[in-house]
Amino acid sequence: MSEFAFPPGLIMILGAFLIPFVSDARRSLLVMSLPILTLALVWLLPDGSNLQIGFLDYSLDPVRSSTEGRLFATIFSIMAFAGGLYALKQARTIELTAAFVYAGAAVGVTFAGDLITLFIFWEIMALGSTLVIWAAGTHSAYRASMRYLLVHLLGGVILMSGIVAYVIETGSTQFVAMTADSTATWLILAGFLVNAGAPPLSAWIADAYPEASPSGTVFLSAFTTKTAVFALLVGFPGTEILIWIGLYMVFYGIIYALLENDMRRILAYSIVNQVGFMVTAIGIGTEMALNGAAAHAFAHIIYKALLLMSAGSVLMMTGKRKCTDLGGLFQSMPLTAFHGIVGALAISAFPFTSGFVTKSLETSAAAHEGLALVWMLLLAASAGVFLHAGIKFPWFVFFQKDSGLRPPEPPVNLRMAMWIFSFLCIAIGIYPDPLYAILPYAVDYQPYTIDHLVTQLQLLLFAGFAFFVMLKMMKRTLTISLDFDWFYRKFFKELTEEFSIHASVAQKSMERRMKNRVESIISNLYRHHGPTGILSRVLSTGSMVMWVAILLCLYLLSYYF
Amino acid sequence: MTLATHYPILQVVIPLLAAPACVLLKNPRACWLLTMLVMLVSLGIAGQLVWQTSESGVISYAIGGWAAPWGIEYRVDALSSYVLLIITTIGALVLPFAARSVADEINIKMQYLFYAAFLLCYTGMLGITITGDAFNLFVFLEISSLSSYALVSLGKDRRALSAAFQYLIMGTLGATFYLIGIGLLYMMTGTLNMADLAERLPAVNESRTVLTALAFLTVGISLKLALFPLHSWLPNAYTYAPSAVSALLAGTATKVAAYVLLRVLFTIFGVDFVLGTMPVAEILIILGMAAILIGSMVAIFQENLKRLLAYSSIAQIGYIVVGISLGTVTGLTAGLVHLFNHAIIKSALFMAIGCIIYRLNSVLIGDIAGLGKRMPWTMAAFVAGGVSLIGVPLTAGFISKWYLVLAALDKGYWPIVVVVLAGSLMAVVYIWRIVETAYFKPYNGPASISEAPLTMLIPTWLLIMVNFYVGIDSSLTAGIASKAAAQLLGVSP
Repeated sequence: MSEFAFPPGLIMILGAFLIPFVSDARRSLLVMSLPILTLALVWLLPDGSNLQIGFLDYSLDPVRSSTEGRLFATIFSIMAFAGGLYALKQARTIELTAAFVYAGAAVGVTFAGDLITLFIFWEIMALGSTLVIWAAGTHSAYRASMRYLLVHLLGGVILMSGIVAYVIETGSTQFVAMTADSTATWLILAGFLVNAGAPPLSAWIADAYPEASPSGTVFLSAFTTKTAVFALLVGFPGTEILIWIGLYMVFYGIIYALLENDMRRILAYSIVNQVGFMVTAIGIGTEMALNGAAAHAFAHIIYKALLLMSAGSVLMMTGKRKCTDLGGLFQSMPLTAFHGIVGALAISAFPFTSGFVTKSLETSAAAHEGLALVWMLLLAASAGVFLHAGIKFPWFVFFQKDSGLRPPEPPVNLRMAMWIFSFLCIAIGIYPDPLYAILPYAVDYQPYTIDHLVTQLQLLLFAGFAFFVMLKMMKRTLTISLDFDWFYRKFFKELTEEFSIHASVAQKSMERRMKNRVESIISNLYRHHGPTGILSRVLSTGSMVMWVAILLCLYLLSYYF
Repeated sequence: MTLATHYPILQVVIPLLAAPACVLLKNPRACWLLTMLVMLVSLGIAGQLVWQTSESGVISYAIGGWAAPWGIEYRVDALSSYVLLIITTIGALVLPFAARSVADEINIKMQYLFYAAFLLCYTGMLGITITGDAFNLFVFLEISSLSSYALVSLGKDRRALSAAFQYLIMGTLGATFYLIGIGLLYMMTGTLNMADLAERLPAVNESRTVLTALAFLTVGISLKLALFPLHSWLPNAYTYAPSAVSALLAGTATKVAAYVLLRVLFTIFGVDFVLGTMPVAEILIILGMAAILIGSMVAIFQENLKRLLAYSSIAQIGYIVVGISLGTVTGLTAGLVHLFNHAIIKSALFMAIGCIIYRLNSVLIGDIAGLGKRMPWTMAAFVAGGVSLIGVPLTAGFISKWYLVLAALDKGYWPIVVVVLAGSLMAVVYIWRIVETAYFKPYNGPASISEAPLTMLIPTWLLIMVNFYVGIDSSLTAGIASKAAAQLLGVSP
């Protein structure tokens, strides 16, 4: 027991409900102080279980302090602080409230010592994040939030049945490392993976996140997938199947991000890709790999939020979200462009950024374990990350052709939030020791070796080279000179049209078939269950009595024989 | 301590005597005041009985001093005190709500009759729960049924009359089946006292007469319980009844029927016979699962809010029956916990609908568009109740769901787990339809609509609070329920 034995997550959850009731001036103070209070409590709590509460027939352990939990809770609090600052003036009250409930629940998960506490915060997180998406207030956001909620409720029931089965099997509710060898643990693993964006349900991330408001997406990018990484890290380290699931996610993210045109969807696919790296590392399961996953999660939250803040600023100031509509914005939004580039360099693991000192832990872990294939795939994927997030996003949004848009820089609170995260990206990159010090295991790793620097720079250079080679061709298709290029333009146009016609015909017919199928199922259900259906029609008294007679006969028969 | 020893009889007699008093008083306000007083006293007595049984075990009260097998015995154990608590809690919270709602929905000349019938119905349900005599149970069953037919017929809509009539026929059929069953048992054993019946039955339970009795009893009670496919009377009765009646009946009537089922199956016939020799559990589990799936599915397509909740009740009865039929302590605990939780959830939801009817005069889903802004507290209560019905953690519904899944997995019945969780996802859909309409559609009703009066909102919110309270601290419900379950199954807790 400790005098601070209070679940740190509850500070933000309870505080969130004050947000609608305070005046504007006090609101800033409240929003800024809640994450700081949480952070303070996170570090004041001594290691181990701090509180026991009885619930149902079990003893809950809602304040278990561990190194992993503290690490994730720290970054979640920092994220809530910067996100709160970013959202402070522009976001709707309901969004800010929901976002803080959401962030608090995520912190709650990191301090959950038992599966029931974990599940409770898990569900609160699902509700909070759904509300964050909703708060965007558009029709498409509403539709997306419903799909999002359904996926998470499904994940929730899977997780719950897993937990119940686990409790029956082992008699314990402790949240400790498990091995996926029984139905119960498989279900728990599946429940975690749904939130991580693992196949076959990877699509919810790119479907829902870009529909939220500019600040909403920033919040969303940080918590759900990373709590899943935390849960996997504590619950299933070294589970081999995670390596392959993670690799799938890595390449799924890259391929879809390269094909995508919406800037925030590019970044959303990139979340799947980055979480894939972490999941792979957890699957490898050595101390170094787990350190890598944790450190990468820490760094990733910062630079992904930074990228989305930059994209969000662009969206807010221009109202446009498609790469083809944007371009040349560096002229009037140099600061936003600068922050976007810092984030892009960090995600590409450019030396002297946070990505460089964290992601290499994971790739090295693969190399150390002699997993040559995994190592090569991860390395190739790193190049892919540079392509889709490192260059594609800043290039098309801030440079490329001039779209003619001259929006001003975003408001001051947005800029401040971006400065904080840009600073962190570079600070961690230059001086990683404080981060290494709070990792779950002791770190014996020196990122700045000649060898590492050279390899990484080579990788980035070649990836960059590849991008600009392709870009040259693409640039030509976009110029207006009419001689030689006409061939390319015509050619590419025909090609893409040809492709898009076929693709869209195929897609249309598939969609139509799906829609018909769903409609026929629903109309079938409606025929039987709808207001005039046989199952809900008002029966005449006679037929009710007939049912009584039938049932009596049924019972008599079954009792007699 | 002389008064305390008479609590079992006072529990029944006080409301019974208050009913004719209401008829004499005639003034609606005075009637309401008297009824309210009775409700509070009854709640107090039920609380005392819960405490007494948890302190000193089973209380046996001989009426008129006639000893048990000959005289009528009132018998309060953990289970009956628990159900008494449910009935009195719902009664005490529905009645404050009823004052405005009844004044609005029922002709002023009939209002004193409403209170009299309300008290009689309440008496009947308490009597069913407290008696230890199988025939006396039938008498109370008739008291509560006849008065509830009258209550349903008081609804504003003229269709209330035909609904009440149908309810009457089906209810009478159920009661008659029960009576036939009891008669057959009496024929074989010569006794009507439940404990005595339980002692004598094993000697004759191979006979066709006893088997026939069991069949009549199960069907009769299933009819009262509205267990699928004998549920068809319930939607109409709930839909056309006055709001306060729907709230009371949804919270208590089917719960009492579930109590009778438990008594007959476990106390009279005994666990070993019913679950071991007879295929009762198998049939009930299948019917319960069908009730969950079909009830929820039908609820999704309803346009009338009260009817939607009525079908949802049919599904929830399925949960209770499945839990009971598992026949383990955990299963019974799940069923009993849900008995309480569903009572408070559904009553709260019906009360919220009552608030809507009070202002809007309509229960069609299309008419509540945009109501979230006009009646924020009412709709918030509805959402909170709905969240609990779905079974989100920290609400009462979650506790039920947890125990039920636990009990099903304990026996390795995965299909039940799937059905239960599918049911909760379907609840998301039908609750969601209402939330969507109320919050995301533009308001197009009359401009005069405002929030419901406080006398209706406060009781509704009190029930919602109870909902969250038992969702967080489940020791009250789950504690008594697991004790009652252990007592019923004859294992030491």
